[in-house]
Amino acid sequence: MLSDRLAPVFDEPGCATNRAKTDAQKKAGCKPKGPAPGAAAGGCAFDGAKISLQPIVDAAHIVHGPIACEGNNWDNRHSASSGSDLYRRGLTTDLTELDVIQGGEKKLWKAIRQAIEKFDPPAVFVYQTCVPALTGDDIRAVCAAATERHGRPVIPVEVPGFVGSKNLGNRLAGETLLEHVIGTREPETTTPTDIALIAEFNIVGDLWQVMPVFEKAGMRVLSPITGDARYHQVAQAHRARASMVVCSQAMVNVGRKMQERWGIPYFEGSFNGVRATSEALRTFSRLLVEQGAAPDLIDRTEAVIAAEEAEVRRRFEPYREILAGKRVLLYTGGNKSWAMVSTLQDMGMEVIGTSVRKATDHGKDRARDLLDGADQKLFGAIPNAEMFRMLKDGEADIMLSGGRSQFVALNARRPWLDTNQERHHAYAGYAGFLVLAERIALTLTAPIWDQVNGPAPWDAGDTP
Amino acid sequence: MTQPETRKKALTIDPLKVSPPLGASLALLGVERGMPLLHGSQGCTAFALVLLVRHFREAIPLQTTALGEIETILGGTDNLEAAIRTLVTKSKPAVLGVCPTGLTDTRSEDMAADLRGIADRLHADLGEAWGETLLVHAPAPDFIGGLQEGWGAAVRGIVEAAARPRPRRAGHLTVLAGAHLTVGDLDALRDTIEAFGLTCTLLPDLSGSLDGHVPETWSPVSLGGTPRAALDDLGAASAILAIGEHMRPAADLLAERCGLPVTLLDTLTGLRACDRLTTVLTEVSGRSAPTAVRRDRSRLLDALIDSHFAAVGQRVAIAAEPDLLRGMVTIATDLGCRVPVAVTSTRAPGLEALPVDRLIVGDLDDLETATLEAGGCDLVIGPSPAIRAAKALHAPLIRVGFPQVDRVGSQHDCFTGYRGTRQVAFAIANAIAESHAEHHLRPPHPSPVEVPHDSDAPVAAG
Repeated sequence: MLSDRLAPVFDEPGCATNRAKTDAQKKAGCKPKGPAPGAAAGGCAFDGAKISLQPIVDAAHIVHGPIACEGNNWDNRHSASSGSDLYRRGLTTDLTELDVIQGGEKKLWKAIRQAIEKFDPPAVFVYQTCVPALTGDDIRAVCAAATERHGRPVIPVEVPGFVGSKNLGNRLAGETLLEHVIGTREPETTTPTDIALIAEFNIVGDLWQVMPVFEKAGMRVLSPITGDARYHQVAQAHRARASMVVCSQAMVNVGRKMQERWGIPYFEGSFNGVRATSEALRTFSRLLVEQGAAPDLIDRTEAVIAAEEAEVRRRFEPYREILAGKRVLLYTGGNKSWAMVSTLQDMGMEVIGTSVRKATDHGKDRARDLLDGADQKLFGAIPNAEMFRMLKDGEADIMLSGGRSQFVALNARRPWLDTNQERHHAYAGYAGFLVLAERIALTLTAPIWDQVNGPAPWDAGDTP
Repeated sequence: MTQPETRKKALTIDPLKVSPPLGASLALLGVERGMPLLHGSQGCTAFALVLLVRHFREAIPLQTTALGEIETILGGTDNLEAAIRTLVTKSKPAVLGVCPTGLTDTRSEDMAADLRGIADRLHADLGEAWGETLLVHAPAPDFIGGLQEGWGAAVRGIVEAAARPRPRRAGHLTVLAGAHLTVGDLDALRDTIEAFGLTCTLLPDLSGSLDGHVPETWSPVSLGGTPRAALDDLGAASAILAIGEHMRPAADLLAERCGLPVTLLDTLTGLRACDRLTTVLTEVSGRSAPTAVRRDRSRLLDALIDSHFAAVGQRVAIAAEPDLLRGMVTIATDLGCRVPVAVTSTRAPGLEALPVDRLIVGDLDDLETATLEAGGCDLVIGPSPAIRAAKALHAPLIRVGFPQVDRVGSQHDCFTGYRGTRQVAFAIANAIAESHAEHHLRPPHPSPVEVPHDSDAPVAAG
């Protein structure tokens, strides 16, 4: 039963939001009030599950549903791959009326076979969606039979959109990995410094910005979950010696359960900015040494941190003056709510407000501390009209947010930079800090702002 | 005659189709202060929203009834009512369009009846606060067709909700514009109509709402588009001009309501289609074609002549929704190209008459594999995701249709009318010429390695 699989996610002890709830609230699930009809924004649970698993680049990802679920959606994320691009193909059963009437199981069975014949992937993920969930297609049974027939994992991702929010979908995807994938393969070799990165999706190459630093410190990313991952890398994650949950709201359950099952210590961290990156490296080195790695790892890591930080300081110099004192409205969510604040402050900018949507309580506290306890600088959802006014009135010099709110800034003719998943630049780790500084500087100083804010000839007043 | 083939395959690979409710939403955004509401799970709206934003790079008002597990099982009428109440009182749209999704269709909810009940209850409850919002039912099931079918259903829904018999209005046209027309196409069409001394109402009119203007204020609903008042007067015209076969249901309904004659042109691309439009406008206006139109026609003739040198005999593979496909096949074959493979999203009337070797109702993988089977092609025409097929076929891509996510300004492309047809003729010829310059100016057989004839020249090591 789907509800049986939802229960542990609602009860996730690793989630701070959940810990703060009463038992009755926990039972009610991850949406105590539910999204408001006519005033809701954000994706569905299927969306969240797909985002979390699709970065596994060599797997085939088949969406079992009508055209809306994949036709409107395929290849719309910028998770990057260093190899296969099978994950970018839009694979779907494209259910028709007839499939709804007759049931879609046979079509799914054939679709899986066709995907395997055409692409020969090491594994297939099959995503359940609302319509076949409603008509009762048993994708678990189809996947089990297909696994046997084709001699490779065919994994049911039973997260139809209607079960809840995108965030719930992230976590259910995590449960899927725990149930079907992690622990099913053994790595060829292991080292005492093998690590796993959880909920790092390699958006436009974030992961590649931090990989060299781990290498310099002598740590090996055994298992990226799931950015730029090959299926077998995720399957061998249980041999990691320590793990980091990068987007804690998305997959904290994976970190906690890996600790529970295989004794792998985990922590919640971020690669957003210099401070957070250094902190993550320090925590990893400490955990790994506790797990039996050579004690000099700590000193080696400190040396890498010192060198990297010095290099960042040196290369940041050209941007210092441009960014100093500039006022930023930060409209993001999750761990970026606080991590970005510290990053921007490190650049010498003033954060006039940050939204703490989807942030954990821990995250909200960190954001509040960074903003000198000013609660009025912590926003929930800002109505678009108010956001437009703030920008138009010049309360902020630039807005950093996701694609959804970009037009509020752009229509107010104010600089805006994408810091969510649709961005075209990677902002992770030390290298990413410099890229972000460069992009903000370029955006702020772009010559278009003067032009688009200047008067039209008929408004200039002094035309003869 | 080429009968459309439907490939017998269970797995769709790289869909050409987007969902009909997305098309319905887009049509509703072409009405001033319009607001589409998708009746389904949050994701139905989120996916459509993201894709529309990626294509237009504009703010897209689009809402959801946010059905959860309980509502999915027990029925979503309460959510629908709550959403309509919220939107009518908060965003105050002029037109609120309700689009069912696959989720609600599978439950077979009687939406029309539900909407009548909701409207009655809310009107009684809200009284004055209801305002002027016109509630439109845009039934475009996820299972049938793609963007243009949803668009057609929404326009028919608007006509159903708004059109009333009106006295004829001489010199005015009601134009039902199909989903295959861009902002640039609509601008050109309006200019042409006005050049004949006529006026027109465009429904929908994306050229007012999604044309990329920078507004002075923030609006939670669409800004620009067909004015609300014009919807009441759809019947106050001397004729109906429908562009696109998929506009036929809406045109027939409007004709039935208002007793106006209908002219349906499936495409406005190609000399003959443009001539048909000129003939219609000449008849309606009672004027012969103005100088500017004559000049544009003459330029098109020259463009066809100049372009045919590069185009004639070349193989063009095309992927597009049915009505856009008609236009693209027409101009390609008018120039003397051959169309070995055309892929489209759904079986639409009249497609079998298209002069193509193979017509497949399928996906972008079919475009690639069928064209390879046919021996390749020199040019691909399709939406931006067709770039994968184009690269695999070593052919350039001319982007048309929806979505175009790797280009800015695609809504201003104009491929219709005498001028637009000229543009597309040039685009085809130039793409082919450029590709040939890159790939084909090589000797047919590899020439022997050239040896330096000057013995004093330094010889590269190794």
